[in-house]
Amino acid sequence: MFPAHSISILVSNKPGALVRIALVFSRRGYNIDSLVVSPTLDNSVSRMNIVARGNPETLAQIIQQLEKLVDVIQAKDHTRQNVVEKELVLLKVRCKPEERTELLQLCDHFKGITVDMTEISMILQVTGNSDKIEAMLSLCKKFEIVEFVRTGKIIMMRGESKT
Amino acid sequence: MAAKPLNGAQTMIECLKREGVDTIFGYPGGNVIPIFDAILDSDIKLILTRHEQGATHAADGYARITGKTGVVLVTSGPGATNTLTGIYTAYMDSIPMVIFTGQTVTGSLGMDAFQESDISGMSFASVKHSYLIKNPNDLPRIIKEAFYIAHSGRQGPVLIDLPKDISAGPCTAPFVDDVDLPGYKVPCKADQEGVEQAAATIRKSKKPLILAGHGAAISGASRAVKELAEKLGCPVSSTMLGLGVFPASHELSLGMTGMHGTVAANKAIHECDLLISIGSRFDDRITAKLSEFAKQCEVVHIDIDPAEYGKVIRPRHFLCGDAKNVLEQLLPLTEKLDSAAWLKKVESWKKKYPLSYPKQGGLRVQHIVQTIHEITNGKAIVVSDVGQHQMWTAQFFKCDYPGQLLNSGGAGTMGFGFPAALGAVIGNKTGFPVCAILGDGGFQMTLCELATARNHNLPVKIFVMDNRFLGMVRQWQDLFYDKRYSGVQLENNPDFVKLAKAYDIEGLCISRNADAKRTIEKAMEINDRPVLIHCICEQEDNVFPMIPAGASVDDLLTERPRKILEKPTGGT
Repeated sequence: MFPAHSISILVSNKPGALVRIALVFSRRGYNIDSLVVSPTLDNSVSRMNIVARGNPETLAQIIQQLEKLVDVIQAKDHTRQNVVEKELVLLKVRCKPEERTELLQLCDHFKGITVDMTEISMILQVTGNSDKIEAMLSLCKKFEIVEFVRTGKIIMMRGESKT
Repeated sequence: MAAKPLNGAQTMIECLKREGVDTIFGYPGGNVIPIFDAILDSDIKLILTRHEQGATHAADGYARITGKTGVVLVTSGPGATNTLTGIYTAYMDSIPMVIFTGQTVTGSLGMDAFQESDISGMSFASVKHSYLIKNPNDLPRIIKEAFYIAHSGRQGPVLIDLPKDISAGPCTAPFVDDVDLPGYKVPCKADQEGVEQAAATIRKSKKPLILAGHGAAISGASRAVKELAEKLGCPVSSTMLGLGVFPASHELSLGMTGMHGTVAANKAIHECDLLISIGSRFDDRITAKLSEFAKQCEVVHIDIDPAEYGKVIRPRHFLCGDAKNVLEQLLPLTEKLDSAAWLKKVESWKKKYPLSYPKQGGLRVQHIVQTIHEITNGKAIVVSDVGQHQMWTAQFFKCDYPGQLLNSGGAGTMGFGFPAALGAVIGNKTGFPVCAILGDGGFQMTLCELATARNHNLPVKIFVMDNRFLGMVRQWQDLFYDKRYSGVQLENNPDFVKLAKAYDIEGLCISRNADAKRTIEKAMEINDRPVLIHCICEQEDNVFPMIPAGASVDDLLTERPRKILEKPTGGT
């Protein structure tokens, strides 16, 4: 399996921009693992964080092709750079009252919180980098996971430099 | 009383005038009636084609010959979808074009309204950019941006989808003179440090070669290319779309390189120690087997598109900028190279492997092309379609002027040649006659434009090379598929002379080599209206030299081999 790349894009808020960006990835055989679109300080510009997998040699090409799109202001590959990476997961687990303690301990270990609780279920919220989320999900497999929703990864350069 | 505001259509036409548009190629329909109405009150010439695809190819031909942006106007739904082949063709060859498509009213968008098609969605992959206008007051800005984007940087088609309520409704926005596109950068000059480094590499070369591509032609770099070649003492080969950038009659010219290029050009690419590519994107028809391509040389790649860097090959130096500007940066840093031995070698290849064709047998396309060249003294614009005749035209019509040979290179669109020739006639300011050299297959894809040619009395010479075969595919089936001909026989071709007559167009016929000169001379005398010349050609002629797709220069064929060849591994 190809390694995942973290790409950050600044894009003008124009109709069709997302499709144009997605087409660049699909045309060169890249799979998008996650995609987060969010507003920025400038109302006319959005931020996209994309995690994608594919042949590493192709990635530089993809970044160049993204840069070429009229609506794309900048596209950068932040893989292995000095960045803060975060994502959030909501995890719904079916759990009987007698299982609660163990689940809460687990949640606590990952610095998660509970955001919903019923007689038979619980929703946990955990944030962190993707590895941490994976570890958390893996440990929760012994319980009955009903579903989970992940936000996808967002990244920001550390220090003063801009993402 | 205040003046009545312009409607969207009138605003659009005014914007086009401000962009210097004098000709629109189009076809009407329900959702563009307001625009066709507004055209009546302007002095913009409307060329009504007989199919929307023809309108796009004609605008393409017009753009190629004038260097201006071609403008297309069609209706929504099928009118819009019919332009896709033409848009894609322009995209592949970096041709500036703005395509206006009608659209259903904004309130019906996405409701499967009558003749609604999501043309911007369908065309995303083949446009440089596109717009769907939802506010009439965006019209002036968007049209300004569209023309700027189409004609700057690496040129290309831009589509504007225009709902009917926008064109029919009022537009009160002022006209604009500037664009504000924060994400759009136009490379102009290359980084000077990079140029200096490239010059240092060039100075070391003893076996240099220039590859002139379409980018050199578009940027008007032909004088700079010539200066560089002469200064360095460097032979020049061309891609098909780069033919004419460097005069074919020049002693340093090696002609076309690639699949059906000259032996000398292909051997030179294989053996050079320096390849200066000027506006070529290393198409697979040029490189053949990539792992064998230019493997023992340093590459200096000059291209205006930053995304071409490393796309196909990894050059030693990438100089991003307009070809002409970059060459002007490079020229003062270069000096005569020690290339005498190399030039001698290259010259010996040229002498040993000239382009040739058998003189016996029936009428040959090569003979027609050579005769046209001879009669016009090389002063003709030649627009070809796609297939064997295209290759023979590229091989045997020796171009001394840039922009002399127009054809669909990247896309290889059959049906392109004839309508593109009509656009070329309309934009032609060279005084050279325009000859369309077409195959019997491609011509029949867009021959409805005979009516357009007659309608506007466009003085085009329509050479239909009739071999009753789809020759290029037949050639592959002949060489690689044991002559198992499948789907390539064009039985029941029409009598093309009678067909011309049905459109009230004069038709001539050539069936023997001996008749070619007299008949072509006769056709050349007709300069106020179209003329069709039906050329009944040798049926099973093959194009050589040929490097089979995916093979290398070592596998170059100069004649039909006796044995059946392995099926090619490359795409086409």
